[in-house]
Amino acid sequence: MQEHDMSWVRTEMALAQPAPPSERGLYAWVRKNLIATPGDTILTILGILIVAWILPQVINWALLNAQWTGPDRTVCATVAQGGIQPDGWSGACWAFVNAKFGQFMFGRYPIEERWRPILVAILFVALLVPMLIPRVPRKGLNAILLFLVLPIVSFFLLIGGVFGLPHVETSLWGGLLVTLSLSFVGIAVSLPLGTVLALGRRSKMPAIKLLCVIFIETVRGIPLITVLFFVSVMLPLFLPEGVTFDKFLRALIGVSLFAAAYMAEVVRGGLQAIPKGQYEGADSLGLGYWQKMGLIVLPQALKLVIPGIVNTFIGMFKDTSLVLIISMFDLLGVVKQNFSDANWATPQTAKSGLVFAAFVFWLFCFGMSRYSMYTERRLDTGYKR
Amino acid sequence: MASQEILREEPSRASFINDPKVRSLFFQTLVIVILFGSVWWIVQNVIDNLARLHIASGFGFLKGRAGFDISDTPIAYTSDSTYGRAIIVGLINTIIVAVAGIITATIIGFVVGIGRLSQNWLIRKICTVYVEIFRNIPPLLVIFFWYSGVLAVLPPPRESYNLPFGSFLNQRGFYFPRAVWGDGSWLILVAFLVGLAMAWFVARTARQRQMVTGQQFPVFWTSIALIAGLPLLAYALSGFPLSFDFPKQSTFNLTGGFQVKPEFLSLYLALSCYTAAFIAEIVRAGIRGVSRGQTEAAGALGLRSGPILRLVVVPQAMRIVIPPLTSQYLNLTKNSSLAIAIGYPDLTATAGTVLNQTGQAVEGVLIMMIAYLVLSLVTSAVMNVVNARMALVER
Repeated sequence: MQEHDMSWVRTEMALAQPAPPSERGLYAWVRKNLIATPGDTILTILGILIVAWILPQVINWALLNAQWTGPDRTVCATVAQGGIQPDGWSGACWAFVNAKFGQFMFGRYPIEERWRPILVAILFVALLVPMLIPRVPRKGLNAILLFLVLPIVSFFLLIGGVFGLPHVETSLWGGLLVTLSLSFVGIAVSLPLGTVLALGRRSKMPAIKLLCVIFIETVRGIPLITVLFFVSVMLPLFLPEGVTFDKFLRALIGVSLFAAAYMAEVVRGGLQAIPKGQYEGADSLGLGYWQKMGLIVLPQALKLVIPGIVNTFIGMFKDTSLVLIISMFDLLGVVKQNFSDANWATPQTAKSGLVFAAFVFWLFCFGMSRYSMYTERRLDTGYKR
Repeated sequence: MASQEILREEPSRASFINDPKVRSLFFQTLVIVILFGSVWWIVQNVIDNLARLHIASGFGFLKGRAGFDISDTPIAYTSDSTYGRAIIVGLINTIIVAVAGIITATIIGFVVGIGRLSQNWLIRKICTVYVEIFRNIPPLLVIFFWYSGVLAVLPPPRESYNLPFGSFLNQRGFYFPRAVWGDGSWLILVAFLVGLAMAWFVARTARQRQMVTGQQFPVFWTSIALIAGLPLLAYALSGFPLSFDFPKQSTFNLTGGFQVKPEFLSLYLALSCYTAAFIAEIVRAGIRGVSRGQTEAAGALGLRSGPILRLVVVPQAMRIVIPPLTSQYLNLTKNSSLAIAIGYPDLTATAGTVLNQTGQAVEGVLIMMIAYLVLSLVTSAVMNVVNARMALVER
């Protein structure tokens, strides 16, 4: 019955055919992404109109018409406003940013002492960069240097008063220096404090649980400004007569407490996501509470909530700008303070200064969020669905 | 048998110190003692400090004459009014800007969030740029940008921009015609309410009929006709009592009309733009959280793209969206306290002024905290009701 010899088996693979022309190249991409349906085409035209309306204005204002250098307001004002620009001119006044750059970075920190914040910044970058690159070894030592040694060294370097360094009042600090030191300390304090609060909220001891719940929910329910008011107005009342707190320290306490409450909720989410078996497994191994949490639960929980933690960091970084309300001058505060400088007052000054400040804030926040996405991918152990 | 004897014995107790119950009791007592000790110490200090500063505690100061003016007063207020009334004016201003901001932010947020999922590359990119810009700069900066960067450099009143419907825009704010309600205009309101009630009734009946017979009824257009048509009818019947007071340009200023001050405008625009970026991300995550199988199954049942979106995707997406949306609403309400930076008299600003004038720091901060807590609780309560209606009803 096997006479038929019709079977023919192909011995080599058929060559891959190129995709049809309608699916290839620029045209196919445009057809799929821009003009798939009539509605899509209308949307595309609308989008092109929006871009064509905004983009030239932005480029003209920020680059082509902008004034990059100049001694005072005349370079950024039209003739009618007492300057040298033709009427109807509108461009960024980067000359203002240029002239005030030192203030934007350091506030009123004495000019001859500015090497100190610069040195701190160099140390900070030198410790932070290896911390962020996963391949660099000795993370433990690096973390100790960054989170314990650096704050102490920076404290003495910035405040002075020892080793022959002149004392610099914190009221003279300002600009990016304040923004960064507030957020760095806030980050370094709020993560451990928030973790402890989250553990307290899930604790089996009713008194501790209640305390943590009250703290977290109260702080989360009120605006940061009220917290800052609270620490700036109430703290002096809380202390015995004669004991005063530095204003900078008060702001630090306010920002850290505020961020810790939000951090606690983020960490709690992570703790809840860890299956019960992990807790029970740790118990059955005979681990104590802190061993169980520190060795088994928290490493998994914190890894799960990295996006939330970084979001809280970003939120706190942005929120440091609110210290302006209790008359401290962070980057935004210094920029705003300089609007009233008669030497530079033009209609373009405010916009240029704010765009510059926005750009600096944006760089930091965007960098943080991208780094968190990278870490998330790197640490992804396939645990999540 | 000996082994069983051993099992029956009392479990050997470790030392007294390692008993979890004793430990828990000990630590809780310790915490409570420390807490009460420090509270007592703080209260003593506060009492001493207040006595030294000659400040009487208590809320009696709320009845005192305020003596300061407030620029935006939704209810009657003069500098002769009491401190208490000043704080209430601030609270109402906070609520106004929060509600207006929440509505606008939700609209922008949903549009941008859906835009980020669009098939259209250009729209997707525009929406991404919007979200990435606003998510990464502080809200206070956005407020300043609108206030000092945009609204403050608008032309003076004499060269105001003329906008449609008789509105104007200049550095003193946005002017639009004010509705003047004449005699008999209450009829319009009544007609509107009746229209709403009838629309609700029609929707319910149509739904029941569809459940029983499968016949559909054009509920949407009927409701529109009822809600818009009845007031228009009442307007015509009562002899056109509604007129508009248009803002007019005089030599130095605009007179008449309704003025929205730049403080409110910049706060409102900034809060809306800022929060919308976050809402957009929430909406995007919500829609992407509905699995593709749901859309495909709905398509297999023969539904078209409109009903698929309305009946299958959106109800499920809303379940994911509402809880984080609630916390964004709360954030917006709390961020409205940034008003103090540009001088819009919200709760924080007026309570702060009262606090500075009277020195009643404890009471002032307490009022602020309680007011914001109550606002937060009310918002969450409302959103919890919405959430409960949206939640998955499981057997």
